[in-house]
Amino acid sequence: MANVTIRNLNKKYDGGFHAVKDVNLEIRDKEFVVLVGPSGCGKTTTLRMVAGLEEITSGEILIGTRVINDLPPMDRDIAMVFQNYALYPHKSVYQNMAFGLQMRKYPKDEIEKRVREAADILGIGPLLERKPRQLSGGQRQRVAVGRAIVRHPQVFLFDEPLSNLDAMLRVQMRVELKRLHERLETTAIYVTHDQVEAMTLGDRVVVMKDGWVQQVGEPLELYGKPANKFVAGFIGSPAMNFVGVAITDLGGVLWADAEGLRLKVPPQMAERVRAHAGKRITLGVRPEALHPATGSDHADYSFDTAVDVVEPLGNEILVNFRAGGAPMVARVDPAVRVKAHQAIRVALDPERVYFFDEKSGAAI
Amino acid sequence: MLIERKWKKWIFFYIPMTVFILFTLFPFYWMAVTAVRPDPELYRTWRQASATPFWTLEPTLEHFRELLKTTAFPQWLWNTMLIAIVSTIISLICGMFAGYALARLKFRGSEFLGTAIFVTYLVPQTLLFIPLADIIREMHLGNTPWALMLTYPTFLIPFCTWLLMGYFKTIPKELEECARIDGATRFGAMVRIIFPVAIPGILSAGIFAFTLSWNEFIYALIFMSSAELKTVPVGVVSELIRGDIFFWGQLMAGALLGSIPVALVYSFFVEYYVTGLTGSVKG
Repeated sequence: MANVTIRNLNKKYDGGFHAVKDVNLEIRDKEFVVLVGPSGCGKTTTLRMVAGLEEITSGEILIGTRVINDLPPMDRDIAMVFQNYALYPHKSVYQNMAFGLQMRKYPKDEIEKRVREAADILGIGPLLERKPRQLSGGQRQRVAVGRAIVRHPQVFLFDEPLSNLDAMLRVQMRVELKRLHERLETTAIYVTHDQVEAMTLGDRVVVMKDGWVQQVGEPLELYGKPANKFVAGFIGSPAMNFVGVAITDLGGVLWADAEGLRLKVPPQMAERVRAHAGKRITLGVRPEALHPATGSDHADYSFDTAVDVVEPLGNEILVNFRAGGAPMVARVDPAVRVKAHQAIRVALDPERVYFFDEKSGAAI
Repeated sequence: MLIERKWKKWIFFYIPMTVFILFTLFPFYWMAVTAVRPDPELYRTWRQASATPFWTLEPTLEHFRELLKTTAFPQWLWNTMLIAIVSTIISLICGMFAGYALARLKFRGSEFLGTAIFVTYLVPQTLLFIPLADIIREMHLGNTPWALMLTYPTFLIPFCTWLLMGYFKTIPKELEECARIDGATRFGAMVRIIFPVAIPGILSAGIFAFTLSWNEFIYALIFMSSAELKTVPVGVVSELIRGDIFFWGQLMAGALLGSIPVALVYSFFVEYYVTGLTGSVKG
């Protein structure tokens, strides 16, 4: 078991593409860290550099106190689960799981013991004699995980392991992976482009974009206090609503104005927003912080609009409308009856309004 | 388009298919029928009233008997087999490593090297035999099986390399990466994981190489002079066409016997052979 330290990590490809830029990360022992971001954000490249499959352009990676930059993958004491599982097609499930131990010259009975143990944990005991092509997607996934855990490595690396599964199985495997991590207590680095996976699995989540780390934090911290507009829009589904607003100072009270929209800047934000008076900034509000206005909602925090599309999901309703020249979504209680094209007054929760710098996107 | 008319299927599929099959199989049939046709039937004109050019009513094994008695045919068969097997093995080994390197390793000039290897395959043998003959003579290899065992790989290696390179590229590289994390070296991952997975490709390359060397004519004709060292294609042609006399029966008997080993090899590996040409397994 070990912690993983990444210092000023950079990856530049021969073609000049700068895939990973100055990544710094301290992953604690037994921690489950998820790297998440859109495709091409450098998350997989970072993982592959930790695995030793990609050369490091500059920077350092340490497992424990050992710099592993120049160690071949086999000497890093890691195990990796690939997106396409990468099971050896000509070997049986048992041989697939035993291969890593055989290469390390473990005694036969020890291999047998460990493979059986891992197979029991994952519920693939009856499949040990089968070939990978005789397995379903979910079973292959389990074998790939089993192959990683028999080795008892210091660090687990997961490269989008659930992407090839159908939606139902993915949810199920997600829970199993989380349970497995609790049981094994091994440091894990997990790459995904799915923010739900990231939020549910990670002790901490690293959001990346264009090779830069945008924010590192616990899932609820990312959700509650996004460092910038990108993180705010990436975490949460449906995504946060954004409207460009102009800030005006009317006798000491700050107002955010957009086309057909005037909202009071909540008092707890006023101090920070004041510096932007007279300028344009971006207002962000999550769909769950919007609801149809009732008598108790303050007029300063509500506005009139017309419903565009209604998406009834059963446990909630997504109401689409336009406000301040931007499309918006509200996530409302299914008991609320709204119809398309109906006029509606929407209120927002003043405690849950965000402001972002228009240019840099940084949270204000 | 969903409801296909029956006559359409006949016109666009069954009839052209039948014509094609008849066209390709006819030479084989002709070879077989000539091999068992008695001499008097072979050498009389077709215009004769009783002529049956497409079949024979009195099949005979006389030509086979004559072939085995008057020529060194069994010896030729053995020579051809030995030379084809050795040159196939040499070419496969070189082709596997070269193909792997070109498919997987990134090194300066790898693309150029790949193209260069392919270009050597394109140089016609009818030109290459001249310098090769010189080299064979210099090395005192003329009129020994080694002359062919070492010259056949000159066209077999490029061929195997290209076929296997294509096959290796279809194998997901994660398989290898996983093996390297599991504790194998690059070489170990290649030998333990990639080669076993590539068996269909390796077999089809092997079958092709075997057939090509089995049928090879020019080098065998030029580098081998003694009758007992000849290969089947050269032996049959040089010993059974004397001046302007063609011993058709024995020629065809030799051709028929000579094609049996190749046909056997194909039929044994036909399944691998098809997957080898159409792509690899999924991980």
